[in-house]
Amino acid sequence: MWQDAPLFPESASTISDSVDQLYAFLVVVSLFFAFGIATVVVFFAVRYRRRQGVIPARIHGSVQLEVVWSLIPLGLSLVMFFWGAKLYFATLDPPPGAMDVYVTGKQWMWKVQHPTGQREINSLHVPVNRPVRLTMTSEDVIHDFYVPAFRTKRDVVPGRYTIAWFEATKVGEYHLFCAEYCGTKHSEMIGSITVMEQHDYERWLTGVAAGETPQEAGARLFESMRCNTCHSGQDGARGPTLTGAFGKPVQLRDGRVVPFDEDYTRESILNPGAAVVAGFDSIMPTYEGQLSEDQLMQLLAYVKSLGAEGGDQ
Amino acid sequence: MSAQATSAAEPQRNYLNADYGIKSWLLTTDHKRIGLMYLLTMTLFFFLGGAFAVAIRLELATPHGDLVESETYNKLFTMHGVIMIFFFLIPSIPAVLGNFLLPLMLGARDLAFPRLNLLTWYLFTIGGVFTLYAVVSGGVDTGWTFYTPYSSTYANTHVIATALGVFITGFSSILTGLNFIVTTHKMRAPGLTWFRLPLFVWAHYATSLIQILGTPVLATAILLVGIERLFGVGIFDPKLGGDPVLFQHLFWFYSHPAVYIMILPSMGVISELISTFARKRVFGYSFIAMSSLAIAILGFFVWGHHMFVSGQSVYAGVVFSLLSMLVAVPSAVKVFNWTATLYKGSIQFSTPMIYALGFLGLFTIGGLTGLFLATLAVDVHVHDTYFVVAHFHYIMVGGALMAYLGGLHFWWPKITGRMYPEFLGKISAVIIFLGFNLTFFPQFLLGYLGMPRRYHVYPDEFQVLNVLSSAGASILGLGYLIPMAYLVWSLKYGKRAPSNPWRASGLEWTTPSPPATFNFDRTPVVTTEAYHYSEELGAPRTGTDVREVEIV
Repeated sequence: MWQDAPLFPESASTISDSVDQLYAFLVVVSLFFAFGIATVVVFFAVRYRRRQGVIPARIHGSVQLEVVWSLIPLGLSLVMFFWGAKLYFATLDPPPGAMDVYVTGKQWMWKVQHPTGQREINSLHVPVNRPVRLTMTSEDVIHDFYVPAFRTKRDVVPGRYTIAWFEATKVGEYHLFCAEYCGTKHSEMIGSITVMEQHDYERWLTGVAAGETPQEAGARLFESMRCNTCHSGQDGARGPTLTGAFGKPVQLRDGRVVPFDEDYTRESILNPGAAVVAGFDSIMPTYEGQLSEDQLMQLLAYVKSLGAEGGDQ
Repeated sequence: MSAQATSAAEPQRNYLNADYGIKSWLLTTDHKRIGLMYLLTMTLFFFLGGAFAVAIRLELATPHGDLVESETYNKLFTMHGVIMIFFFLIPSIPAVLGNFLLPLMLGARDLAFPRLNLLTWYLFTIGGVFTLYAVVSGGVDTGWTFYTPYSSTYANTHVIATALGVFITGFSSILTGLNFIVTTHKMRAPGLTWFRLPLFVWAHYATSLIQILGTPVLATAILLVGIERLFGVGIFDPKLGGDPVLFQHLFWFYSHPAVYIMILPSMGVISELISTFARKRVFGYSFIAMSSLAIAILGFFVWGHHMFVSGQSVYAGVVFSLLSMLVAVPSAVKVFNWTATLYKGSIQFSTPMIYALGFLGLFTIGGLTGLFLATLAVDVHVHDTYFVVAHFHYIMVGGALMAYLGGLHFWWPKITGRMYPEFLGKISAVIIFLGFNLTFFPQFLLGYLGMPRRYHVYPDEFQVLNVLSSAGASILGLGYLIPMAYLVWSLKYGKRAPSNPWRASGLEWTTPSPPATFNFDRTPVVTTEAYHYSEELGAPRTGTDVREVEIV
């Protein structure tokens, strides 16, 4: 709805119009107060400019006025808060059926991998009208995945996964920026998001060498790193079964219940003693230093696919 | 008026001519002399930080990064931020005007701990020297925010020297805060009850609380960065087992309140200026006083709004968003009260008043745009873009710096004993106001369009707004040079100042200009509230001056 207004960036995702509406509301409130206060100040300044023989009034204040002009900003800012928080929550989780894309930031490039295995650097091709879920991490410092046209921004933090998503609504090419200062070539850590029609996207996919998909590579790693000897999925195995596990709560040995999510998976591989599943011994060795970020992502993709297998979704 | 004029014409002993020679300055414990030493040191830092800003705006006039390398550009904005924030804005009003005025306003001979006060200047200067060393030996490129693990592991520049400089200067800030709090509690003149204090004092009291409670956390954060960087102890870098976001919590726990360290004193200045030049008591005195404390306290509970997209818990995000919204209330209360003070006043458009009115406009815009950043869904889009850059410059430069300059002009006659040229003063205040808006307003638009901050090169479509901003910066730069020139000029050629050129009501105006070393011949006795303007304009409010006291 704001596409043609020159002060708004292109609006090309399912959330961008809602963000623009809230922004427009804030702009209107701000203009009202800024001009209102300026008008009153200028009016008073002229009306009560210093003149001979005019004695300033003795006024101390007014509790009623103080209450009124405390409550008005309080009320307005609470409206802003609720609107902002509501929109934030409504757009927090990707809709079901999102396409999983893995993103790794490093000084100074974006590496992405499609669920079908295609890899790209500093560009991402996606189909229009399909939610895309980004699982992101960094190999070095903090980066930030920012697509202004989608109103999407999320820090990409080393040592953990952050999740972002978007659903593009318009075919076209959009800026991808790194928004968190990351060193010398921060401003060159940019790329483009190309939004294509579904059939164009499929044609594009076939034109790029796919290699293994992340979950195939993960499955191979799962065997070559000998994960499968303990996480065999059989009764009496030394490690908990991973089939159907991802996305569910896990009961830990120390009594805590944590969600089996991306960060739990990562922690369990790199620091297995930190959160041991109830009923198992802490015997798993750490894989710290033995797996690259790419390989961790592949294992994660595989563990997620196991979760979906046994799950009810 | 005539009585004041004759007393000013006679050469008299004052704090400036009481003693001569470099030692009499470097070893002084006189709060007024220390204030002047701060003024000199900080002006140097201001122009150094300003020079970096000039280079930044020149570079950004074109999208291609053709003036300096990206490495140099990153150092430029880092040094601009570090110097302007830690070595100019945070100490500016408290250390110069606060130092000079607090004892005068309280009717005291000096601060509670005069030698501690001198120590703060040395700490400030030593910290500055470390930072200057970092500048001349190659610079630092972490951004003034020192985000980890970039600063602790990856940056190859002079992080340690800069961080040490900031660390040491922090103690200067803590000790100044301590000194101000004790002085305000223990050294008020007889009759000067809390609710008779000038609002300048209330604002500094609130500021001092933040300085004491917040600055140690910054010191801790910096120390931890140093430990990780020097000894490889894993604190923030996940490769060493640390948590990079932890640093942001520690850093913003200080650095958001630090914004209020910059803006609260300026609010105190504005209350003085508006009441003096409207010749009226500040409307809603106690509400302005209490809103300073409210801002100081609330300021400690909003740091997480810098981290909405960092991966912190979404529930934390919601709580921080709500708490940040609440800061709007005391800020708005102040603006409304200042505006109401003008009502039925007798308003004179002297230079300080023009700065104060400019402050009202710019601070209002800065405050309102803060609401955008506290609103979760909008902040996700504008976080780390030029919108944020514009917002905090409206607060820190449009707010704090305008007030500092307004205050400097207002008390210049008291500090130096000379008047500045009024016409040039007015012209440059207007130039600064216009130049400021042209520089920073386009940056709001750039931010919403999506231009990230700290970008050395940028897409071509952002150029028009960047050129406007750079054009504004050249006007703004000129605006700052004019007062610099005529204030220096006035030291020798300015008209001699009477003791109370503005016919203001504060205790500081009952002393000669410049004041004697020990401020007051006799301890003044205060019998009236602050801003006691009446029909007999500008009579001082000392003990012999008994009049009715109005109770609100």
